[in-house]
Amino acid sequence: MQIIKTGKIYDAIIVGSGAGGGMSAFIMANAGMKIAVVEAGPYFDPKDPATMTQMKWPWESPRRGASTNRAFGDFDMSYGDWEVEGEPYTQAEGTNFKWWRSRMLGGRTNHWGRISLRFGPTDFKHKDVDGLGENWPIGYDEVKPYYDRLDKLVGVFGTNEGLPNDPDGFFLPPPKPRLHELYYMKGAKKSGVPVIPSRLSILTKRINPERGVCFYCGQCNRSCNAYADFSAGSVFIFPAQKNGQVDLYTNCMVKNITTNDEGLATGVSFINKEDAKEYKLKSKAVVLGASACSSARILLNSKSSQHPNGLGNSSDHVGRYLHDSTGSELSGFIPSLMDRKIYNEDGVGGLHVYSPWWGNNKKLDFPRGYHIEIWGGLGMPAYGFGFGASAMNKYIGEKVGGYGPKLREDVKRFYGASIGIAGRGESIAQYENRCTIDNNTVDRFGIPVLKFNYQWTDYERLQAKHMVDTFEEIIHNMGGTVLGEKPGKEKDYGLLAPGQIIHEVGTTRMGDDPKTSVTNKWQQLHDAKNVYIVDAGPFTSQADKNCTWTIMALSMRASEHLVRQFKKKEI
Amino acid sequence: MKRRDSIKTLLVGGVASATLATTSCRSDSEVLGENTEIKDKGYGRTEAEKLHDEKVQAEICLVEHELNTIATLCDLILPASETAGSATEAGVPEFIDFIVKDLPTHQLPIQGGIMWLDGESNRRFEKQFVDCSNAQQKEILDDIAFWDEEDKTPELHPGRIFFDRMRNLTLTGYYTSKMGINDLGYAGNRPNLWDGVPQEVLDKHGLDYPEAWKPKFINHETRDDAAIWDDNGNLLN
Repeated sequence: MQIIKTGKIYDAIIVGSGAGGGMSAFIMANAGMKIAVVEAGPYFDPKDPATMTQMKWPWESPRRGASTNRAFGDFDMSYGDWEVEGEPYTQAEGTNFKWWRSRMLGGRTNHWGRISLRFGPTDFKHKDVDGLGENWPIGYDEVKPYYDRLDKLVGVFGTNEGLPNDPDGFFLPPPKPRLHELYYMKGAKKSGVPVIPSRLSILTKRINPERGVCFYCGQCNRSCNAYADFSAGSVFIFPAQKNGQVDLYTNCMVKNITTNDEGLATGVSFINKEDAKEYKLKSKAVVLGASACSSARILLNSKSSQHPNGLGNSSDHVGRYLHDSTGSELSGFIPSLMDRKIYNEDGVGGLHVYSPWWGNNKKLDFPRGYHIEIWGGLGMPAYGFGFGASAMNKYIGEKVGGYGPKLREDVKRFYGASIGIAGRGESIAQYENRCTIDNNTVDRFGIPVLKFNYQWTDYERLQAKHMVDTFEEIIHNMGGTVLGEKPGKEKDYGLLAPGQIIHEVGTTRMGDDPKTSVTNKWQQLHDAKNVYIVDAGPFTSQADKNCTWTIMALSMRASEHLVRQFKKKEI
Repeated sequence: MKRRDSIKTLLVGGVASATLATTSCRSDSEVLGENTEIKDKGYGRTEAEKLHDEKVQAEICLVEHELNTIATLCDLILPASETAGSATEAGVPEFIDFIVKDLPTHQLPIQGGIMWLDGESNRRFEKQFVDCSNAQQKEILDDIAFWDEEDKTPELHPGRIFFDRMRNLTLTGYYTSKMGINDLGYAGNRPNLWDGVPQEVLDKHGLDYPEAWKPKFINHETRDDAAIWDDNGNLLN
């Protein structure tokens, strides 16, 4: 196969166009740098009627939105999920890691929950509190200015609460809670669990002329055609393209980073999925924003005489300390929510309230915390609606089963009477939890794939136990009954498989010591100063928060560092 | 696509008309409802997904007798009400015909379940289920539509399991159709300005928004004014 080269030398090549890569493109293009963005999936614009799913009705899909083709259903806007055709991954024995990939411009940001939580001061230095894991080489004060700018640049609603580890910000006004959320507030209060307005990157108020304001369809997971939610394509890539500084390479799967005799990056090699040919692009710097595991894979597949163990991997730390958020959940039936008056309560796409972590780990048998997300309400039916409708009768002492007119009544009586409560928590990063290259397996493009090795510990299991115990208590406080069986010890208290929460971080962790970390505190490879990583790979630890807001704040910080180095001709 | 002389062609063949007319699906049904057209485009599919849909639609799985049995069962499960049409009028048999191909885990239980049902009706009435009188059909359903808590008739369990699946698919097919969503009363999927739970609902449930929160909520009057904050993060407009 002939490798196609071009003479052009970019100032920087960015791999990936999601939260981290998109932000980096925005920063560097606005600083006047000439950029290439290489994205493994197709072009995508939420406005394009040919691909749009927003405002579609379930009957427009012959399977009524079932998950045959997309893990979260037909209308979810992610091309790719835990399975991507032609892109397998393998597991060490006893491992069940689920690796999500969204192959499209904007990546996962087109469908994510928009839950946008800053990490707090403790989250960056948690080892100081409990002796576990590792401290970040930076603290909240160093990241705060970037969070502040991010809030204003991208937009996030919420409220300033003055909480010590859930910092305030520059918020747009939050929507009023829905009925089941008011019930949750009451139930949680009884258990001493705080509830505050949620913090989602959805525009409830205008922030600039380019983006619209939310019209409350509740479908942010379908990606908003008015650009009223944060998606990296509409918010970062399109504006970055305006001054002609950005060349976009879509459907191009990066294979490796090329390096020179000094061990510095000279560009990337990629497979164009449209003609199945390999191309080489040159640049003065390479920015990896391919997602924590994809970036680790590219580094590990970038072997050279200068970097025999893979680029940036002299420490043997690339791929290590992979960790996802913990997750467990319960759903409940709330009789007081039966026979509801029906009105439009779509609201924004996601929860209107949430519970930040409130516990004191000194009095608990597990480290670190979790936040609580809830769902429920008068949602739009899709495949699965009505399954087991009659079964709800057992909770009100009526006969289960039947057919005919009574079923219609059942469906209406129970519509909106269920709620779900989910915990998303912090796990402890482990040295042995990692991804490596599996040289026995290649993907459709001939690139060796990742092999995962990941085990939860009792820290996470006991945290999941605390979750389901708490949720059960709150459901009872709401006058409700737990639906189904509360998962016990034999089921790890419902602890979901690693990767299922889609918050994987840590594979190229940052640190001051090149022997125990992959990047420095500016997210620059210790081993090659013109390679930066702007996805969640450099996270030294996850927090009891979602990672996206921190990916973006840190990508802004790292990308501006790159710009400064570039202008000083350091790279 | 190869046309076959059966209801299959009409049901899955991507016929270009907005309304499908068929007489074979249900003896008293002349015209099926407005949602029976199976679209092969128009809901934001990728090329690979379009191919998948075309492939599934071209496949033949259920035969005419099975579809007739499904139609009969659907309308026993959800007959027309005073204000809404029946399951077949909402296109539920067409949905089931598609979904057993799209999600093949349904295939064997549905096909085997229909065989079981015919076996049972033959045993009782020496007729296939669709040929039984309405009263006879209901007599069988009355025995399999409820769970047998005390395990008195385990020989009917296969029927119960089959009927539970049919009930689930009928309800989901119906309430995801236009007719079903109207019947349910779902009021969303349209642009609006969410301003909280209606006061009468709050009153009925004895709930209210916390006083401290009220000044912080969205004011839709100023939604188009670009946000300005002071240095401490207080929104000024």
